[in-house]
Amino acid sequence: MALSREEVKKVSLLARLRLTEEELDKMTTQLGQILGYMELLGEVQTEDVAPMAHPLDVANVFRPDTARPSLDRQEALVNAPHQDGECYLVPAVLG
Amino acid sequence: MSLIDLTATELLAQLNAGQVTSAEVTQAFLDRIDRVDGQVRAFLQVDRSGALEQAEQIDRRRKAGQAVGRLGGLPVAIKDVLCTRGQVTTCASRMLQDFRPPYDATVVAKLKAADAVILGKTNMDEFAMGGSTENSAFQITHNPWDLERIPGGSSGGAAASVAARMTPLAVGTDTGGSIREPAGLCGVTGMKPTYGRVSRYGLVAFASSLDQIGPLARTAEDAALLLEVLAGHDPADSTSIDRPVPKYSDTIHKPLAGLRIGLAREHFAAGLDGEVEEAVRAAVGVYESQGATVKQISLPHSKYAVATYYIIAPCEASSNLARYDGVHYGYRSDEARMMAELNQERKRLQQSGDHAGSDNLDNPLVRLYRQTRAEGFGPEVKRRIMLGTYALSAGYYDAYYLKALKVRRLVRQDFDRAFEEVDLIAGPVAPAPAFKIGEKIDDPLSMYLFDLYTISTNLAGIGGISIPCGFSSQGLPIGLQLQAAPFEEEKLLRAAAMYQRVTDWHSKRPPLVNGGS
Repeated sequence: MALSREEVKKVSLLARLRLTEEELDKMTTQLGQILGYMELLGEVQTEDVAPMAHPLDVANVFRPDTARPSLDRQEALVNAPHQDGECYLVPAVLG
Repeated sequence: MSLIDLTATELLAQLNAGQVTSAEVTQAFLDRIDRVDGQVRAFLQVDRSGALEQAEQIDRRRKAGQAVGRLGGLPVAIKDVLCTRGQVTTCASRMLQDFRPPYDATVVAKLKAADAVILGKTNMDEFAMGGSTENSAFQITHNPWDLERIPGGSSGGAAASVAARMTPLAVGTDTGGSIREPAGLCGVTGMKPTYGRVSRYGLVAFASSLDQIGPLARTAEDAALLLEVLAGHDPADSTSIDRPVPKYSDTIHKPLAGLRIGLAREHFAAGLDGEVEEAVRAAVGVYESQGATVKQISLPHSKYAVATYYIIAPCEASSNLARYDGVHYGYRSDEARMMAELNQERKRLQQSGDHAGSDNLDNPLVRLYRQTRAEGFGPEVKRRIMLGTYALSAGYYDAYYLKALKVRRLVRQDFDRAFEEVDLIAGPVAPAPAFKIGEKIDDPLSMYLFDLYTISTNLAGIGGISIPCGFSSQGLPIGLQLQAAPFEEEKLLRAAAMYQRVTDWHSKRPPLVNGGS
């Protein structure tokens, strides 16, 4: 399936990646090649096959609903690039 | 024979008998790192003082007659994708260059509790995405057998560190072959356990339904010892399975009677290097001479495994890596510069009367995310995030992701059928020996196709092991892969040990400058 440069640009926004013009060109070519290879899957009959999202047949693993200590706030903030001791700081979203 | 040439099991026997101290053993490997890692570049960080301190503390306890853990002061190297509390864990990415995790991965905690001495963190492809370790943001690791070649990946630092005798044991991770492939290309023993056998808590996620932690070592016996410590249920990982961990090291020397080995015709089709095929078939002959029977089998969907994997893994990666936003932890783009550029772009668009363009411009928070990720991720990680985002996006989900999940079940069913007839499937680990650094870097698809023999193990969630089975005419190691039904790690290890008892490929040592003989 041919992939257009415009589509790649749109996906880069969905992926929250900023690509340079050069990267957009390269990505368009390379993703096109890779997706072209994926067309191989078209020849597999999968009509009555249930999708397999996971190798294990386990679901809903619960633990007792009891309170227990979690990561301390200071420890959780210590790796943040910009914080005020209580919150993560980001640029103004509205304005 | 010097300490670095002994296997972990031999060293442990000497440690427990009081013939050598953990400090002496640790120092010997640290000296070796100093001598050869300038060429190999397997380690991202070496914790010299921490390792020696830990070793001395274990020695003191042993001397005082106190209990010492299962690993009794043996050095181990850890792939830098596993969280080590307070110690930088980078995933070989600029994104996590200064990240100090607030907790230990479960396997790291288990290693510490077992009295392993942690030497340092090993290099890898960024976020474990790659098969050559060339995608590290920091350095290229060289294959100890030929420094111009790749060590394999993504656990390339782990495999190279074991091969070059810089550590007796290493912990790696395997999402599509990332333990087995570098083990094969570097001539060491590496195992990917069944999905759920080892806790993934504290393993920085790449593709959560495929990732699994496992051991790399010189011998199957050493891998058994390490797996015994790593494996087991963990309430912190709901996908780890609650079933007993066998004492792998107790049974490792029991040969498997009546072993039935399957050879999948798809594993010997076009594209396989002739010398690799010859070495693998000779290895199968070694099993036959020990009483094993060999049966031709078929895994009809294996030709779809690469396409299936390179949809599923990037989809999961695009979701997992959404967490790197420059806000919670990790790298963040320079905000002032980012804002100035954004304001300039807006001004330019407004002046040219492009109101639509101006309206569509990123808001400052979205631009912060995008700029941070543009600067923090390398090309392969971006490529996979793009691929996964595309395959999951509206209109393409059914055609790519859902289709791949269905083929994944067919891949698994092939294995289920095969293991009704045979105990193990034997075949090559990789289609060729290690390639040259830079050879495939501009051709991602050919790099992906190098994974064709290892990938279906992860899709199916079963276990596999890679053991050295020969050398190419250029002196490069060749690996034999054995695959088994879920939770048959004991069978894999015993079969590997059977082979290593009558061959000596695993005890060859790469010729390194300053490396001694």
